[in-house]
Amino acid sequence: MRAIWSYLSYHEPWAMGTVRALSELPVGTAGVVESLDLPDAVQHHLMHMGFVPEARVVVVRRAPAGDPTVYSIDGFEIALRRETASSIVVRATEDL
Amino acid sequence: MSSCCGTETIEITTEQPRIAGKLQTVALVGPPNSGKSTLFNRLTGLRQKVANYPGVTVEQHTGRMKGIGRADLLLVDLPGIYSFDSYSEDARVTVDVLKGEMPGTPKPDAVLLVLDSLHLRRQLMLAAPVLALGLPTLVLLNMSDLMESRGGEVDPLALAQELGTPVAKISAARGVGMDAIAQFLQRKSGEAEALQGATQPQRLELPVMGNARSYRQWATGISSRTRYKAPLSSEWTQRIDSVLLHPVWGPLTFLMVVFAVFQAVFTIGNPLSDAFGNVLYALGDLVGRFLGHGWLQSFLVNGVWRGVASVLVFLPQILLLFLFIGVLEDSGYLARAALIADRFMRTIGLNGKAFIPLLSAYACAVPAIMATRTIENKRDRYATILVAPFMTCSARLPIYMLIIAAFVPNRPVLGDLLGLQATALLGLYVLGFLAAVVTARLLKSSILKASSTPFILELPQYRMPTLRSLAMRLYDRGKMFTQKAGTIILSVTVVLWVLANVPFHTTLADSLIGRLGHLIEPAIAPLGFNWKIGIGLISSIVAREVIVGTLGTLYGADPATQALHLQAALRHGMTLGGAMALLVFFAFAMQCTSTLAIVKRETNSWRWPALQFAYMSVLAYLGALATNQIILHFLR
Repeated sequence: MRAIWSYLSYHEPWAMGTVRALSELPVGTAGVVESLDLPDAVQHHLMHMGFVPEARVVVVRRAPAGDPTVYSIDGFEIALRRETASSIVVRATEDL
Repeated sequence: MSSCCGTETIEITTEQPRIAGKLQTVALVGPPNSGKSTLFNRLTGLRQKVANYPGVTVEQHTGRMKGIGRADLLLVDLPGIYSFDSYSEDARVTVDVLKGEMPGTPKPDAVLLVLDSLHLRRQLMLAAPVLALGLPTLVLLNMSDLMESRGGEVDPLALAQELGTPVAKISAARGVGMDAIAQFLQRKSGEAEALQGATQPQRLELPVMGNARSYRQWATGISSRTRYKAPLSSEWTQRIDSVLLHPVWGPLTFLMVVFAVFQAVFTIGNPLSDAFGNVLYALGDLVGRFLGHGWLQSFLVNGVWRGVASVLVFLPQILLLFLFIGVLEDSGYLARAALIADRFMRTIGLNGKAFIPLLSAYACAVPAIMATRTIENKRDRYATILVAPFMTCSARLPIYMLIIAAFVPNRPVLGDLLGLQATALLGLYVLGFLAAVVTARLLKSSILKASSTPFILELPQYRMPTLRSLAMRLYDRGKMFTQKAGTIILSVTVVLWVLANVPFHTTLADSLIGRLGHLIEPAIAPLGFNWKIGIGLISSIVAREVIVGTLGTLYGADPATQALHLQAALRHGMTLGGAMALLVFFAFAMQCTSTLAIVKRETNSWRWPALQFAYMSVLAYLGALATNQIILHFLR
């Protein structure tokens, strides 16, 4: 179902160098962390978990309810809600 | 240097400015779920809880290192941390102990830094602040066997060069590499004594403290310079998750497993329990025959033994429940359950992370309330503490099983898949869960209102639960349950028997306990309870299982029901309405002094446990009243 939907829905090609929120990346794609904009305590915690600029993030899967989403960073799987992931800016990466 | 991403050189001296520099206390430090407690158990021979999810250990544990023949050294197991920011309550414990600010725990003189070698690149980030402490440190690359079998590579010597401290590959689960730890401690004890006064400055390039970005650059630099090759990620975890986190198959699989467990409690647990019960009662009769007819026989057989045995018979069902919980926790599914539940938890105002303590409250509310330390937001944490005792803990199982077996007919509901008795039990679990949910919603929209905190949860890789660890869990739980029967329940039954036989040569109804029971009977009669149940409600304020022991003793002391098994005796003096009301009462009531004590400790005030006790007791009374009245008036 989701696979069909992703064929039908039009994805704007993601040009190199452009940035978008991590929450907008489709499952199976990857991005490189550009910046984070979260409350201090949360931001520090996330950064120590690996969400630092230049780290590569892969969108692994969404929870059955569509949110939170599981991200892989440095081989770790970390789940974040959409509201948190939307404050993390990533840029395109050439490889998956 | 103090630019944001550069490195700074820190002078570290190996000599410690402490009591004669003697090595006494060693701390286990490391990121969450890196295997510190497994190693702790290995080194001390103790058995702290280990499971496969981050945040199992939430307070410091100490033990003598007898496992490697160093009983002179104290080992401190600490909650896992990502950094020295004390983001949550459990992380604060680690930071306080390392600073020497935790009352009752000595400041460590050496550190064993446990890192998961499967994910060394990120785990090394923690090495920076730990090395900056300046304590003698041994870096342990745990799960190295697993890493190598998946094609990973690491060079401990090169890593030791970079970090300026010894590095060893170990496997805490298999006990590989323990000699390296013993050697390190041996050398440090010797060194500490030999080097008194002499200092050995060491130069080490460490990143700017507290800056995650520079930690990461430092860690990445080291792992690439030492040619660390990360192992291939486990395909199994991906494959299992594609089913268990699937929008349709995920929840369906979960439901099937839950049904299977509840059915197993009856189809496997009940026959075992009956057989066990017959043995226990036969044993009692045997002893009784030697004692002849007298007060001693009445005291030991009809009083104490009946009371204790009526609780003990539920051991098989309790073990089955813990087997299931063990598989859930050791496999790594628990964190996924929290992930699935987050959406729902958000609607009731709680964080998905609260689901982990709530699920462990199915075993017992006491460790569950301690596990709330991993919840960062204080108000969320308090709300979780307050609702945790609604979750159906294992102490409710004896009374549930007793009443269900006595009053609910065993008819199939979903064919062979689910019987009526299992459905009734499932219903009670759902009832408790609903009470928790509604209460949490109320709390979060009134006294504990807070802005929502982000849900950040690390998902561990799946692991096959080992038979050894499951067997250990069952042994420990079985031992705890039996000990409780042998102490608390035994003492309560002794007291009850005495009260039931004073003054001498009276009927049960005229004894002290009978008079007390009849005194409170008017208050509980509308609930459908007789005076014996009333006494049970009072005695079970100590602990929930006590009611079964109490009923065993009281019905055993009553000549009319003395010859009957407890199930049959209960049918004697109780209506269906009263029985169902009793189940509802126990679903809601806060009958556990240990829980009240731990809530007091964790919230630092009597206010919360008092509120909790009052709220739950009122709810239990009203719920039982409604149940009995509805059955009385509408189901005749």
